[in-house]
Amino acid sequence: MTTTSDERVDRAADHRPEPASPGATPGVGAPGRPARAPHAPADTGLATYLLRLGDDALVLGQRLCQWITRAPMIEEDLALSNIALDLIGHARTLLTLAGRLDGTGRTEDDLAFTRHERDFTNTLLTELPNGDFAVTVARQLAYTHYASLHYEALAGCPDRELAAFGARAVKEVAFHRLHADRWVRRLGGGTAESARRMQRGLERVWPYTAELFDEDDLVRRLAAAGTVPSPAPLRPVWEQRVTEVVTGAGLTVPVPSWRARGGRSGLHTEEFTDLIGELQSVRRQFPGGTW
Amino acid sequence: MSAPTAVTGEAGQEEPLTRFEALIAQGGTIEPRDWMPDGYRRMLIRQIAQHAHSEIIGMQPEGAWLTRAPSLHRKSVLIAKVQDEAGHGLYLYSAAETLGVDRADLLDALHLGRQRASATFNHPALTWADTGAIAWLTDGAAVINQAPLCRTSYGPYARAMRRVCQEEAFHVRQGYDLMRALCEGTPEQKAMAQDAVDRWWLPAVALMFGPPDTEAGGADARTAALGAAVSRRAMAWGIKRHTNDELRQRFVDQCVPQAERLGLTLPDPAIRWNEERGHYDFTPIDWDTYRTALGDDTHWARRRIDHRRTAHEDGAWVREAATAYAAREEAGASADASGPAVPRQAQEERA
Repeated sequence: MTTTSDERVDRAADHRPEPASPGATPGVGAPGRPARAPHAPADTGLATYLLRLGDDALVLGQRLCQWITRAPMIEEDLALSNIALDLIGHARTLLTLAGRLDGTGRTEDDLAFTRHERDFTNTLLTELPNGDFAVTVARQLAYTHYASLHYEALAGCPDRELAAFGARAVKEVAFHRLHADRWVRRLGGGTAESARRMQRGLERVWPYTAELFDEDDLVRRLAAAGTVPSPAPLRPVWEQRVTEVVTGAGLTVPVPSWRARGGRSGLHTEEFTDLIGELQSVRRQFPGGTW
Repeated sequence: MSAPTAVTGEAGQEEPLTRFEALIAQGGTIEPRDWMPDGYRRMLIRQIAQHAHSEIIGMQPEGAWLTRAPSLHRKSVLIAKVQDEAGHGLYLYSAAETLGVDRADLLDALHLGRQRASATFNHPALTWADTGAIAWLTDGAAVINQAPLCRTSYGPYARAMRRVCQEEAFHVRQGYDLMRALCEGTPEQKAMAQDAVDRWWLPAVALMFGPPDTEAGGADARTAALGAAVSRRAMAWGIKRHTNDELRQRFVDQCVPQAERLGLTLPDPAIRWNEERGHYDFTPIDWDTYRTALGDDTHWARRRIDHRRTAHEDGAWVREAATAYAAREEAGASADASGPAVPRQAQEERA
């Protein structure tokens, strides 16, 4: 964990200007700001931020891998593996950038396979167990609409590599979002049972969606500096888009009586230990191995 | 299909069987709307369905390692490979459907044990190295076995196989590369690679090519004659191009030098170069060996089908929903192009 150095950076950030006024384009850096040169000296704040996004993609990709050979039809084995492949690809780029920026020189694999559960900073939404197909579709709906907005905003950020990543990822996520939207419609408008399950799936995951838009000191500082998008302004757009899909499918957007948080600070679900244990098992069995 | 009926008396028209045989003899392709003998259709359905089933059952041993792949690069490669196999399953079921069967019925036949997948996958993938051994050896065998099928006489099958073979050839290289990384790693990693090869060699060399169909391949005179008769018919129809034993020899010839380069030992002490034949000798795959390799009625053979059946049953409500939704969309589109979908409350009342 890089908590100590983050705190130091965050304290330094206290003297920075306040975030852009509400209504400004979400998350895009101040105009005229010079682009940060790639491979600049260690920026642990940005590295921590990238690690969060990378962990989201890695952990959700890992969950989707668990569907493969278990999907309701071969087309879905294909679709879910396609999405998992893109997510692992996103994780690889983000973890690589994070390892380079934090000054430790850790590779994507160092970050994925040698950290402990408590070091992962993905949102709890991404680690939720797959449940039935409707739970997975609900989780995909929430995540893909968020990722789509977030990556679109990242595409406008000043760091050239990060912007290039955002521009590429947003195109891929557009397909994932389409896939989720279509399944919400099919299940909502399919049979009475599928509608009941889809509604239950939404109820299951909705308390976990708020964490996607949480801002802590680190994010506020990075967003204020125009380095990364601010997630909070993305939320109303997200709400509007998912509501359109959910109500269009004859379903109701849940109003959760509670909200989950903790993933971003390494406080995970109990099931997460198994997920990480499985992810790292082979690598840990062969210390010093080359793969 | 009905028996061939002679069309006579009309100028320019020949008997369908004659036309079919002439087309095969010229190396032409048979297309779904062309007349074909019942036996040809049955043989194709059986072969294509078994091949499709093998692709989707074959996803399981490797699929089990997706969550444990030891690097993100290897994880991506494995996801892509398993995804390719799902895709091959789809092409092949589609090719089978052009012969008048339904994918759902073929899957039922697999789940109920009326049709089979390749017995190769009745064996468990016990370690990470198994994913490499499977890709290198069984996909390597598949490429040799399937390359001639790119020229098979039935058009939709040949076209599906051209795509399948291109992707399989890539899998073989990836499998070899995975094994190479293990062999260049720690002694423990190399031992894991050797153990995987020890367990996957026989399933690959025996099962991927089918039972012996020549005396040279290890069959006694009677079974060789029987096997040869089946192969001969498939070859006469242009479905098959070589005997099982010819292809098996080609596979051994390809693998031995590769194993030497990796520093791995293929678990057959009889393997040695035969200058006279210009091929590697190996222990013939006789019927006893073949039956041993089959692993029929073992825990793993049952597990593969149970896994498939469970996924299919768990997903039944999803498929029903998709069908109901599609039917409603279609009805809505024909009744009123701009009309809203039926509200859920109304659906529930109907249900």
